[in-house]
Amino acid sequence: MKLSAMVERRIIYLVLLVAVALPLLFPIGWKTEVSGYTQMAYDLIENTPEGKVVIISFDYDPSTMTELQPMGEAMIEHAFKRDQKIITTALWPMGVQMAEQAFDKVLRDYPDKKRGVDYVNLGYKVGGMVTIQAMGRDMKEVYPKDTRNTPYEEIPLLANTRRLKDVAWVSSLSSGVPGLKEWMMVARDSYNVPVTGGCTAVSAPGFFPYVNEQRQLTGLLGGLKAASEYESLIGRLGTATTKMDAQSVAHLLILIFIALGNIKVFVAKRRKSND
Amino acid sequence: MISIMNTFGIWLAAFFTLCIFSFLYKDNPFYKFAEQVFVGLSAAYWLVYIIYSIMVPNLFAKLADDFSGNIILLIPAALGLMMLMRIHPKTQWVSRYPIAIMVGTTAGISMLRYMKSDILQQLTATMINPFAAATTAEVIGNLLMIIGTICGVYFFYFSKKQEGVSKAVSKVGIWFLMVSFGATFGYTVMARISLLIGRLDFLLGDWLHLIK
Amino acid sequence: MKSTAPLFFAFIVGVIVLLSEFIPHSPFNQIVSTLEGWFMIISGFAILLGQISLIRMNTHKIVHKLDNWQYHLAGLISFGLMLTLGLLWGMQETPGILGDAPGIQAWLGQKPFDYLFDNAYLPLSATLFSLLAFFIASAAYRAFIIRGLESNLLMITAIIVIIGRTSIGTMLTGWLPENLQFWHFPNLADFIMEFPNTAAQRAILISAGLGIVGSSLRIILGIERSYLGGDK
Repeated sequence: MKLSAMVERRIIYLVLLVAVALPLLFPIGWKTEVSGYTQMAYDLIENTPEGKVVIISFDYDPSTMTELQPMGEAMIEHAFKRDQKIITTALWPMGVQMAEQAFDKVLRDYPDKKRGVDYVNLGYKVGGMVTIQAMGRDMKEVYPKDTRNTPYEEIPLLANTRRLKDVAWVSSLSSGVPGLKEWMMVARDSYNVPVTGGCTAVSAPGFFPYVNEQRQLTGLLGGLKAASEYESLIGRLGTATTKMDAQSVAHLLILIFIALGNIKVFVAKRRKSND
Repeated sequence: MISIMNTFGIWLAAFFTLCIFSFLYKDNPFYKFAEQVFVGLSAAYWLVYIIYSIMVPNLFAKLADDFSGNIILLIPAALGLMMLMRIHPKTQWVSRYPIAIMVGTTAGISMLRYMKSDILQQLTATMINPFAAATTAEVIGNLLMIIGTICGVYFFYFSKKQEGVSKAVSKVGIWFLMVSFGATFGYTVMARISLLIGRLDFLLGDWLHLIK
Repeated sequence: MKSTAPLFFAFIVGVIVLLSEFIPHSPFNQIVSTLEGWFMIISGFAILLGQISLIRMNTHKIVHKLDNWQYHLAGLISFGLMLTLGLLWGMQETPGILGDAPGIQAWLGQKPFDYLFDNAYLPLSATLFSLLAFFIASAAYRAFIIRGLESNLLMITAIIVIIGRTSIGTMLTGWLPENLQFWHFPNLADFIMEFPNTAAQRAILISAGLGIVGSSLRIILGIERSYLGGDK
């Protein structure tokens, strides 16, 4: 039965929709293993002493929040568990809202954490690499106030944090430019501050060369699977873990589509050569 | 009242989600409407954040608090206004000055950072002792890494025609690039599917309450 | 003069930035620090320029009733609404011109700007990009055909990574004994990412890095002038 290209396409879309929806409605509970890259990122935060000031930069917008938001929530929770003080910033304007949503969610389990003392949101700044470079010299110049309009010098958490070198580690959750690469280039390669982070699965292969002996990146969370791995390391049943079943089924379906496509071309070639 | 507005908000979100999904059947007025609303909201969001995150704290508030102490900020303000001259064809040439300053700054910083991070550090990371690894798989991997990097870099050398031995080296580089593209495709599949999972999770969970 | 003077500024600024890397003392560090602060402010105006351009373009289409002008009107209305709400009452913790709108927050549950972000912008943004999942499924069926050695390599790697990065990979080869753990799909996928993929990506990074260094030098020296636009 020969189907038109448009009908074939619509069937593919429908099958994909059903294949992704069913595991969400009826969870399977498959397990995943933790990769070395995720473990490295986890170890960096785990081994940082209590009380240290750290930066988590939300460099993405809602289009990639399914992959990156769980990473942000997991890292915030991990830092809170280790009693680290979090500075949040964003190199993308939407990142500010993403950060606030992540904090709102995690703070339900940590009601004793105080804004200004345990965490602060310094907001969005344009400029990418140039802005990070400016932070390396003087953070107060870049962020005269936080998102509540509290002056920099009145925020207790920032009392001993004047430049990037005063920070224990930086984590950038990024879906493009500016993002993780810019943080790595400036914070790590210029100011020697350990940098870790997460990225969408699309950009992950391009970041693996930076996870090297020079530790340009200390670990990397690449995509939803890495987010679920991180959640399992901190003992959290988060949004990434619950979505992995659907991810696995969809991947299987893609492989079936590839096989079917190749079979179709092979049969057509055979038919043509027989004719 | 909050719960009513909450419910209305979820239905509004579901409406916009379905408007965009309707494009999968074919282009239609609902999709076009949702697309333009997205453009408008996105632009406004950027503008509001530019004003409250940069213009106010880094420029206007500083000038208002201590004008004489921050008088030098009038220079970037003037340069910014010169940038806006780009709108009118007759005054477009004025915008070249702030653009040149920005481009010059970015070029200088990029050159230094890319030289260190993407060239020197990456070369250093490749200059390893491949046999100083714990397992045979790692030794083979290290050898693959060194060979792949050299052959891959050679592939991108277009200043001389590649023939004979150099063509073979280039070919090996292409194989490594193909392996990388295959890995990238695999990860791209993962990324795209994740985005769909997020939206279905919203529709089935938050909107229809079908997910427990 | 209209083209030469800006090139001179680009040269001066670029050279100062380069020098400050090797002479991190006064006056270079102060000049570069000032430049970095100015960069943020000028970037803000650049984004404002983009917004003005967008409004002009949309207004032109509406006034002259070009194709699909109704949708551009909807876009302009949504722009105006979000801008007004944001300027008047601010967002999240940031107060606006009229303060924090406690009255509105009481019945809306949050600020109007945030409400619009959560219930309009966020679903639109997320859904637009989720369409790509369908397109990649369609592409996997129609375009991912084995043709030669190179496409074979691409395909095999893609299959290993697709299986290895999910729970299915863990289940398929989880039974393998210790000495064959290399062939466990997740381990195989990690090996591919850590070694051959890293090698190729590193080659791309080095080559692109050389290109960026070259083009940055051309910009600073004034050889590359395309960023200034045409002569007007």
